[in-house]
Amino acid sequence: MTTAVDKPRSFQEIILRLQAYWASKGCAVLQPYDMEVGAGTFHPATTLRSLGSQPWAAAYVQPSRRPTDGRYGENPNRLQHYYQYQVLIKPSPPDLQELYLGSLDAIGIDTSLHDVRFVEDDWESPTLGAWGLGWEVWCDGMEVSQFTYFQQVGGHDCKPVSGELTYGLERLAMYVLGVDHVMEMPFNDPQSPIALSYGDIFRQTEQEYSRHNFDGATTEMLLRHFEDAEAECQRLLAFEPADPNSGKRIIMAHPAYDQCIKASHLFNLLDARGVISVTERQAYIGRVRALAKKCADAFVQTEAGGWTPDTAEGASA
Amino acid sequence: MPDILIELFSEEIPARMQTRAAEDLRKLVTDGLVEGGLTYAHARSFSTPRRLVLAIEGLTAESPTQHEDRKGPKVGAPQQALDGFLRSTGLTMEQLHVHEDKKGAFYVAHLSKPGRQAAEILSEVLEKTIRNFPWPKSMRWGSGTLRWVRPLHSIIALMVTEAGAEVVPLDIDGIKAGNTTRGHRFMAPAAFEVSSFEDYAAKLKRAFVVLDATERADAIEHETRNQAFALGLELVEDKALLAEVAGLVEWPVVLVGEIGAQFLSLPPEVLITSMREHQKFFSLKDREGRIVRFVTVANRETADNGATILKGNQKVLTARLSDAKFFWENDLRVVANVGLSGMAEGLANVTFHNKLGSQKARIDRISALAREIAPLVGASPDLAEEAARVAKADLQSAMVGEFPELQGTMGVYYAKAAGLPEAVANACKAHYQPLGPSDDVPSEPVSVAVALADKIDTLTGFWAIDEKPTGSKDPFALRRAALGVIRLVLVNGLRLNLAEVFAQGYPGVDAADLLAFFHDRLKVFLKDQGIRHDVIDACLAMPGNDDLTLLVNRAQALSDFLKTDDGENLVQGFKRANNILSQAEAKDGVEYSYGADPKFAESDEEKALFAALDMAEAQIAPAMQAEDFAAAMSAMAALRAPIDAFFTAVQINTDNQIVRRNRLNLLHRIRATTAGVADLTKLEG
Repeated sequence: MTTAVDKPRSFQEIILRLQAYWASKGCAVLQPYDMEVGAGTFHPATTLRSLGSQPWAAAYVQPSRRPTDGRYGENPNRLQHYYQYQVLIKPSPPDLQELYLGSLDAIGIDTSLHDVRFVEDDWESPTLGAWGLGWEVWCDGMEVSQFTYFQQVGGHDCKPVSGELTYGLERLAMYVLGVDHVMEMPFNDPQSPIALSYGDIFRQTEQEYSRHNFDGATTEMLLRHFEDAEAECQRLLAFEPADPNSGKRIIMAHPAYDQCIKASHLFNLLDARGVISVTERQAYIGRVRALAKKCADAFVQTEAGGWTPDTAEGASA
Repeated sequence: MPDILIELFSEEIPARMQTRAAEDLRKLVTDGLVEGGLTYAHARSFSTPRRLVLAIEGLTAESPTQHEDRKGPKVGAPQQALDGFLRSTGLTMEQLHVHEDKKGAFYVAHLSKPGRQAAEILSEVLEKTIRNFPWPKSMRWGSGTLRWVRPLHSIIALMVTEAGAEVVPLDIDGIKAGNTTRGHRFMAPAAFEVSSFEDYAAKLKRAFVVLDATERADAIEHETRNQAFALGLELVEDKALLAEVAGLVEWPVVLVGEIGAQFLSLPPEVLITSMREHQKFFSLKDREGRIVRFVTVANRETADNGATILKGNQKVLTARLSDAKFFWENDLRVVANVGLSGMAEGLANVTFHNKLGSQKARIDRISALAREIAPLVGASPDLAEEAARVAKADLQSAMVGEFPELQGTMGVYYAKAAGLPEAVANACKAHYQPLGPSDDVPSEPVSVAVALADKIDTLTGFWAIDEKPTGSKDPFALRRAALGVIRLVLVNGLRLNLAEVFAQGYPGVDAADLLAFFHDRLKVFLKDQGIRHDVIDACLAMPGNDDLTLLVNRAQALSDFLKTDDGENLVQGFKRANNILSQAEAKDGVEYSYGADPKFAESDEEKALFAALDMAEAQIAPAMQAEDFAAAMSAMAALRAPIDAFFTAVQINTDNQIVRRNRLNLLHRIRATTAGVADLTKLEG
């Protein structure tokens, strides 16, 4: 393990250090996906890229939304909009645990003073039809990351297996910075001419979105949009691979998956609005999962998903 | 005699799987070695979060040569058959022997399989064991296809003889067996070589790894007790947590921390549960039973003696307990505003089972049933009904929402806070009991009434919608519920006619079928208490078999009786009488149930039997009336000698038809007299 480095002083410094660290380990540092998602896993750089045989290494911040977790900015660590840091490497390297521990060092967690533990936690996403085995990583009894070896995504076996790391950035940063309330956390350097706290940036939006999620959003519209997204996803995937305009083989796996993401977020909003009963819940989750599976089916038929003209011939033979 | 050391070194194995995995490793490998023709003196296995280890002592160096005489075709059989035999044995015509038996001469191949080296056998057994290891859940990693609980990194496979240690050749998907391992992940991560099990264990300890889970658990417990003692406190025992924590660390370091003063007013169960479930902390209590300190077990020593670790854990605990405190205060506010019954209102929206309605509907039924049962168990009907109405209210509390295992426990606190009578409050927890075969059985009448009503509603409900347990499937834990009713009745000596109580349960229940299920459960229960199933059958055939207390008293008396000499012989005498009588009745097509007349008695033995039956009947009837089964059995025992003497001296089937009929009628008296006690025909042997 490397020796302890200086403590970071702000939320953004922790993000920047993670970016620099994973870039130095060979990851493509991607930008957040430009859609509303519930977790970093939904980014196609994880969901779709964990499928098929092509090697992959990416790291990125993903703003994530969990409408039911809105607390009007008052809860010390619960937010309806928060950030996850996500790393996905395929195939999972043999030293992934050591690489991960190096990232803790990089953000100022001195592993010679702390008690870092890998505690069993199997991951499952019913909406993505995905599961994996791994741990939640504890630092002095606090969960700081999720560490998963993907076994299945969208109903497909992951071959090779991807190693996925997810850091809950706010919680991790609060711990490293010694802050008790998320809104009091320095976002930029507290010595800056204009020092901004997390609350300066997000307190008002947490209030606005909490009201929106629980009371404001029009449920009829959300229901309609859910149906639209579902239909559009299926329609896009029903196209023949041959594109008459370009003369190329183009499967619209990503655009279809966007609709799946949309449906998933609309479902979360409907859930927050309290209009989905316990029995309906399962049915909605099943509908989103069906879309995710179809998108996965489509993605593995694309080149990024490992498709080659040879495999196609092999398949039809 | 070589010794063997195996280490399978991986990423962190879930704590709950380690002990079983170590045991599986020992069994699979040693079974495989024995199957391969080897023997060994001793084998032990160990587990830590990162390793499974097996040490075998005194393995034989090679398997013995095996001889086999394989029988072939007859001499003179077609050439085709002979060729086939030669092919299958790999021999030539000249190498075959000719043997002879009574059917004639035939060919025999004398085959011998040479013994194999232990290393070769071990290598095969290990490969097979690793590839087929029975993990509850396993995974692939990287680009490989090998499955293990988490990525497997290295294997030690060492054969140690007087000549030294040698690596057993083994390569599983690129993981080559060797003689190196690593120490503690953080405190001694460097690789090192080992030359024997003793060397391995000693070097591991120097590298901050305690190999034996029991040793880790003992160290944690010992150190915790010491630190608690120094503070004048006591450890709250939790064996399951101890085993789990021992599986989370290779180098346990016990740290004791303070619980913020603002949380000391929380009920001890809440503190214990929250700390155990979320943080895997032990609890220390003071003399008054208050939880005042937590114990966390770290996986390492640090330069600041754990100060940073403790501070971090304390901070997480504060956040967790703030949640718990919020739930507690919120629940108390609800109780203060709308009472415990108000809290229960929301249960109307909670489905119990889609065919059995909401929890609210269920509570209505249980309340009505508890009211009916109350007088039978000595409880006030009003209190029993009141208790049933609120007993499940805490399912709607925030605290139970967070910690489902606190159901009932919180109910007691909230009922007391609502100012409800003590008996009602206690029933909130006790009505779930007994939860298992070793759980306490409530004795307070109100609790007993609600506990019975709760379980009987469940049983009659699922019976009515035909969701009975089948085979190993019992998703609604109905066997446990039935055993709960059985124990409630027996332990409290309750006199209930269950069939009548069932009839007041869920509408449409087949009470007779449910009673038969109870009788099956009762047999299982009594078998564990040493009462044979046929003894129970003999008692089940008697009237009032839905009164379990009566039934068990009778079975116990009969069981005791059968263990005596008189008892066993009487049953033989009875069976003889019954067989002769049944055969005669079948043959003659009549029932010999007229009173036998002593005046036709010819011998003294016959007269003595009449007298003995008169006496026994005179004693048995009042004893049965008083349910004094022991007295009835002892009266029955007095019949043994006269019956034995009767059969020795008297021939039933005489030519004198009047005497014969009279004797058959006398046998009928034996049957009738004993039938008042139990149906002895059901007894085996």
